[in-house]
Amino acid sequence: MNAPDNDLMVEVKNLKMYFPITRGILRRKVADVKAIDDISFEIKTHETLGLVGESGCGKTTTGRCILRLYRPTSGTITFNGKEITNVRESKLKPLRSNMGAIFQDPFGSLNPRQTAGTIVGTPLIVHDMATGSELNDRVAELFNLVGLDPGMKDRVPHEFSGGQRQRIGVARALACRPSLVICDEPISALDVSIQAQIINLLEELQEQLGLTYLFIAHDLAVVQHISDRVAVMYLGRIVELTTSEELYENPLHPYTQALLSSIPIPDPKTEKTRTRIILKGEVPSPVNPPPGCHFHPRCHMAVEECSRERPPLRDIGNGHFVACIRI
Amino acid sequence: MSDNTETGTTPADATGAAGAPPKANEFKRVVRVFFGRTLYVIGFVIVVILILTAIFAPFIATHDPYETNLREKLEQPSSRHWLGTDSVGRDTYSRIIYGTQVSLLIGFSAVFASAVVGMLMGLAAAHFGGIVFALIMRFADALMALPGIILVLLIAGLGGGGIPVVIFALGFGGIAPQCRMMCGLALSVKQNDYVLAGRAMGMSNWRMMLTQIFPNAFPPLMVGITMGIGGVVLGEAGLSFLGIGVMPPVPSWGGMVNDGQRYLLHNPMLSLAPGVAIMLLVFGFNMMGDGIRDAVDPKLRGVI
Repeated sequence: MNAPDNDLMVEVKNLKMYFPITRGILRRKVADVKAIDDISFEIKTHETLGLVGESGCGKTTTGRCILRLYRPTSGTITFNGKEITNVRESKLKPLRSNMGAIFQDPFGSLNPRQTAGTIVGTPLIVHDMATGSELNDRVAELFNLVGLDPGMKDRVPHEFSGGQRQRIGVARALACRPSLVICDEPISALDVSIQAQIINLLEELQEQLGLTYLFIAHDLAVVQHISDRVAVMYLGRIVELTTSEELYENPLHPYTQALLSSIPIPDPKTEKTRTRIILKGEVPSPVNPPPGCHFHPRCHMAVEECSRERPPLRDIGNGHFVACIRI
Repeated sequence: MSDNTETGTTPADATGAAGAPPKANEFKRVVRVFFGRTLYVIGFVIVVILILTAIFAPFIATHDPYETNLREKLEQPSSRHWLGTDSVGRDTYSRIIYGTQVSLLIGFSAVFASAVVGMLMGLAAAHFGGIVFALIMRFADALMALPGIILVLLIAGLGGGGIPVVIFALGFGGIAPQCRMMCGLALSVKQNDYVLAGRAMGMSNWRMMLTQIFPNAFPPLMVGITMGIGGVVLGEAGLSFLGIGVMPPVPSWGGMVNDGQRYLLHNPMLSLAPGVAIMLLVFGFNMMGDGIRDAVDPKLRGVI
């Protein structure tokens, strides 16, 4: 392999994640759910890469593959210059302390029978990073870091509000001082006012601790706000990847255009002139995706050729990648 | 199953708890909930009395439970023999007092053993899945396919009776249901994101099973375990009747019920008194199980 590029924290190449559908007592494989169908991207150190797409497009699966909660079907994932695609579960432990994960549901992601302090301190115990009073100090420090009163560490998750719970989740993710944090829709289960708080907290923490984020979401406005670069996914593939300014000012892929046209503009005059691109039909099943470009059956600019060949994700200059033959 | 209600109820409650007052001592809260309901308190009192009776049996009993006296056989209750005497003149009251020791010993040991083994099997099956799941659950299915009484009879018969054999036989019969229950509950607990979070942080299998899955799957099993104590005491009675349970001179409630059934018309107290003792024991443990389940439920924290 090449010498590790210091600028790249995560490098994903030709990643595929197929989940087999089995039937009968012999577990005969009848089909695959192609959750991720050959995607490649990079996450640079200290940047926030946004990953957007509608539900079922494979964003969460991508995050979980990088966390190595799944073993990818094929492709490679390189983290800090080290390939982690097929590392055995028992050898993954050092890697796990270097990656944090924040989950979507602040109610389901915290064990209801443990106190907040225990939840935040567990990663430190698992990785033998602190014991005794050192552990207590570190937990208190983490509570302060995410804006919680350390005096509340003996409470159980049920006694906290949604926003506070998500702060506990953030503290747990940061306990081992990871360099990469996978944020899997960290705000979509929260009230709008709380969403802003958590977003601001994540931004502050990134600055303070030099974190790198993979930020998975379906809310485009939020992603634009927090991300340096954004990847748009559709049915297991990345259709467009570029900086967030470029994406919002100059979206090239018809799917991205349709997505962006759905954001209401908070100005009544401009809002009236907004033209929405309404997509026809439903998202096809990832078990049996359409041939060629996955998006062509719903695309307003599709031509005959689109259904024949898969469009490659190509660079059209300035790091703007798009997978469409019509561009 | 219970997880759905959990996520369903928490958001509303959580908002109420957002500005919750400083947390009262957790232990005090559990105690307050538990002792806040009359039925739980009654159950608890019964269990405590039974345990104290077992410990202080020599001081509570009026006679030696093994002392036969053929001149005083089959007596009706009197001031000398409070609950009468049996066919060889032993004092029924004293035998019930000493029988508490036997019943509690067998009940606790058999249920404890089957719960530990069954739950570990169920946890392992649910956590590891795949071939481990298939092997453990097919084994449990095989155990369940044998009629329980035949399995127990077989073991007790081969072992030749006596308290240790009874404990083993009844405990063995309880493994499969405990295993199945645990496996089902653990599988539903596994769906939660906190299990995923545990994997993402690199938690070991043991830590995952014991700190994440087990505590969340266990409370519903508590009721089953306490009921199991009553069931085991009844099972012991059945074995004793067939002569492969607790061996005769040792006083056991089940054995006494069966001894007395021949004199049911003449001297009903002989069967009735140990029967009432069994009933009280089962009732006490069931009520206590319900109470513990409600008291340790974290969803009620801050509410009660």
